[in-house]
Amino acid sequence: MTDTQAAPTAQRPNRPLSPHLQVYRLPLPAIASITHRITGAGLTAGTLLFAWWLVAAATGAEAFDTVQGVLGSPIGLLILFGFTWATWYHTLNGIRHLVWDAGGALELGAVYRGGFLVWGGSVGLTIVTFIAAFALK
Amino acid sequence: MAANQSDVGFRSSLGRVRGLGSARTGAEHWVSYRLLSAAYVPLLLWFIIAVVGLTGADHATVTAWIAKPLNAVLLLLLIGVTFHHAAYGMQEIYEDYIHGKLAKTAVIGLTRGACLVLAVASAFSVLKIAFAG
Repeated sequence: MTDTQAAPTAQRPNRPLSPHLQVYRLPLPAIASITHRITGAGLTAGTLLFAWWLVAAATGAEAFDTVQGVLGSPIGLLILFGFTWATWYHTLNGIRHLVWDAGGALELGAVYRGGFLVWGGSVGLTIVTFIAAFALK
Repeated sequence: MAANQSDVGFRSSLGRVRGLGSARTGAEHWVSYRLLSAAYVPLLLWFIIAVVGLTGADHATVTAWIAKPLNAVLLLLLIGVTFHHAAYGMQEIYEDYIHGKLAKTAVIGLTRGACLVLAVASAFSVLKIAFAG
């Protein structure tokens, strides 16, 4: 039973292949879904920054100033902006996933509304976060 | 799967499927990941608001903030949930896209190891600041 995958490919009928992913324009729920994965992987890489920040704070003022200097540079701010957006996106879409896992909002209309909400919400909250950060600076 | 072809005739049906199916912990793992994710949301909101408040703060201000008992405890919880979530979230991605058993096992193991090292280093930093200043 488990050995069906081991059947030699030569014995399979030569059927035409169906068009694959790149042929279609992805619908919003599909884009929202793959973005969740991409932001998740990006945030995993971002944990390096989080760990660096904490370790530098424990090391001393000089090491901490280096981190602050890097994060305050134009490239650092750009990375932080992306990090912030990915955090908001993954958090909001994660809540959407938890609602789905509980059996809610699974109708097509709700799935589209949720997708718009998560995209708009994550962009909006990122801008609010940066305005708040610069206002308090 | 090619490796299975040679031993089709020599291994019992049970021997061939062992380790490939449910290990009877799937649902438990799934539920605990969701519960931790739900707990992650308020922790993360707390951290974002705190970090916004610390924008541009110098070393003394930041370490004084980390050293406060409530902040240190919440940071330790945040570190634990973050690296657990990262390791297992990455595992789900690997399981979907990497098909070689050796490569998949290696990458999952390396990611878990890296997450563990980062988590311990982060937690140690918080504790050092809290106890040793």
